[in-house]
Amino acid sequence: MTLSEPLSVIAPDGRVNGYDPELSEEQLLHCYRTMVTVRVFDEICLKLQRSGRIAFSIPNKGIEATQVGAASALSKTDWIFPSYRDFGMALYHGVDPKEMMHNMFGNALDTAKGRQMPVHFSFVDPIRFYSISSPIGTHIPQAVGAAYAAKLRQEDTVFLVSFGDGGTSSLGFHSGMNFAGVWNAPVVFLCQNNGWAISCPIEEQTASDGFAVKAEGYGMPGVLVDGNDLFAVRKAVVEAVKRARRGEGPTLIEARTFRLGGHSTSDDPTRYVPQEDFEKWAKLDPILRFEKFLEASGLWTPEKAQDLRKGIEEQIRSAVHEAENVPDPGLETIFSDVYAKVPAHIRAQGEAAFDLARRRGDAVSGDGEFPL
Amino acid sequence: MTTRTLIQAVNDGLKTAMTEDPSVLVFGEDVGLKGGVFLATEGLQKEFGKERCFDTPLSEDGIVGAAIGMAMNGMKPVAEIQFQDFIFPAFDQIVSEAAKLRYRSGGQYTAPMVIRTPYGGGIQGGLYHSQSGEAYFCHTPGLKVVIPSTPHDAKGLLIASIDDPDPVLFLEPKALYRSVKGDVPEGRYTVDLTTLREARAGKDLTLFCYGAMVPVAMKAAEQAAENGIDCRIIDLRTLLPLDEDGVLEHAKSTGRVVVLHEAPRFCGFGGEISALIAEHAIEYMEAPIVRVTGFDTPFPNTLEHHYLPDHRRVLDAIERVYHF
Repeated sequence: MTLSEPLSVIAPDGRVNGYDPELSEEQLLHCYRTMVTVRVFDEICLKLQRSGRIAFSIPNKGIEATQVGAASALSKTDWIFPSYRDFGMALYHGVDPKEMMHNMFGNALDTAKGRQMPVHFSFVDPIRFYSISSPIGTHIPQAVGAAYAAKLRQEDTVFLVSFGDGGTSSLGFHSGMNFAGVWNAPVVFLCQNNGWAISCPIEEQTASDGFAVKAEGYGMPGVLVDGNDLFAVRKAVVEAVKRARRGEGPTLIEARTFRLGGHSTSDDPTRYVPQEDFEKWAKLDPILRFEKFLEASGLWTPEKAQDLRKGIEEQIRSAVHEAENVPDPGLETIFSDVYAKVPAHIRAQGEAAFDLARRRGDAVSGDGEFPL
Repeated sequence: MTTRTLIQAVNDGLKTAMTEDPSVLVFGEDVGLKGGVFLATEGLQKEFGKERCFDTPLSEDGIVGAAIGMAMNGMKPVAEIQFQDFIFPAFDQIVSEAAKLRYRSGGQYTAPMVIRTPYGGGIQGGLYHSQSGEAYFCHTPGLKVVIPSTPHDAKGLLIASIDDPDPVLFLEPKALYRSVKGDVPEGRYTVDLTTLREARAGKDLTLFCYGAMVPVAMKAAEQAAENGIDCRIIDLRTLLPLDEDGVLEHAKSTGRVVVLHEAPRFCGFGGEISALIAEHAIEYMEAPIVRVTGFDTPFPNTLEHHYLPDHRRVLDAIERVYHF
């Protein structure tokens, strides 16, 4: 398949040819810091998973610029409807990595109360980072409905919904894009085309020239950007957000990038991704790319980077230490939050479970392994 | 108090809710200008405008998905699925999303919304305009499933469903849309979503049913009365969560039970009623618990009157249980 060339801003030497990101030095460094935090968080989670301390994780290596570039275009009042490979967006807006680590351990302080697998975050503060669902694409029409509500109340909130290349094959992608087009809803659709839906390459998802072109069929603009270029992503999302706030409706952005790792900690990508692809894309590492820009702008030195990374490692390790020592959620969390008020039949089942635990001791967890 | 058909009561309920609360939105396929294929939403667009009562693209997944988004962002969506038979593209949104959102987000996000849809046979609608899919949904923790059988309850249960903080699937018996009439109070009132209704008093036997089967049960009970069998009829109204205490109380007090629904029998809702009684009140039973249901086949067109349980089949079951 021949693919169109994506828009890029940061040249290989770090120059941006007159592009003004409209970010302060502090904000630029915050972008960098967030990307490094994502990577360090992932590295540590991989070790935790390999040593059996957490069950599962989803790596983001290679996608960091897409996440952070997109997040940098949003205000705190905007909403993010993320996929499971997007937590850099929440970090950018100030969610504490500690909160995420509680979810990785599924402990009593996890916002999802240990009910979801790791990486299925949910946050409302300091930004709406919508509860992540495992089924693919279901959140897409939901983002459009939330946007309709905001539009009806004449708020200027924008709704960014993110999904992968595989997500474009889902029912939710079609209905969400279609509804947003018809309703002229303030939504930014961000397709992170990382090349692979678990083990299926994009040729097995679509016969079209990438994904941005699909926008035309829904009556909205489609933009193709280099997803490893933080400014290219930012530029496209800033434009799309402006359009949405002006009442001009939705935009689809395809950020072309590459997953420099497995789908998850349970997946071995060397079984299906050609080695040369890894090598090619490793050279296009989005963090290195941004470092080049910072270096060319005089904002970065290797020493500074080392210090920053060290600090982040300490921060994440301390989050691990804290989260690992928080107890499991109480048994009652199985039965609460099903409904606003616990109905009689669920209450009776809960009481029976408490009684059994009192009489026969706690249940013992099994040793099954997650396959994906 | 006005005499209304069931569908007029639904329309009245929607109108009442929309008048009181500007966040109530009504949408679906053909619900706007046309007022819905059964005219449940007739006049609403004219009265409340295109932003609050509107047509959507023809996608059940999109309708329910968007409704969830509206609900989590402060609106009160009342989505219509044109026929319950067409709801399955939205099954994922209902079962995996709306019903689980409060739970999976630890209460950070919720989906207080209503999905209204006509269900059941009786209009010569064949396989795809006749199904009774309540059992699929009653197997879904986090969802409420409500089925009215009278105009009074249709309005009161609908307003209660719109008020409810959890997602409600509101199944409307299309066979009764225009065939039943009753007194409906003006303005707001609610019928709570936690209790069943005794539709007919009786001491010999309890018939549990809901929706379009309630009038069938009533007719069978009248004929049974001529033979000296006094049947109590219980309209369950809210299937999930079920008024289990109420079911057990009525089962115990007559000691004989027939369960009636038009959905297929296997894994149908009648099995739940039967099992509940068997588990908690078997010692009160003087006869086997008998189910009268649709057949375990797809829903036929020409012969639908043979498929649907009627008073003959119910009467057979009543006599079998009574004379056991």
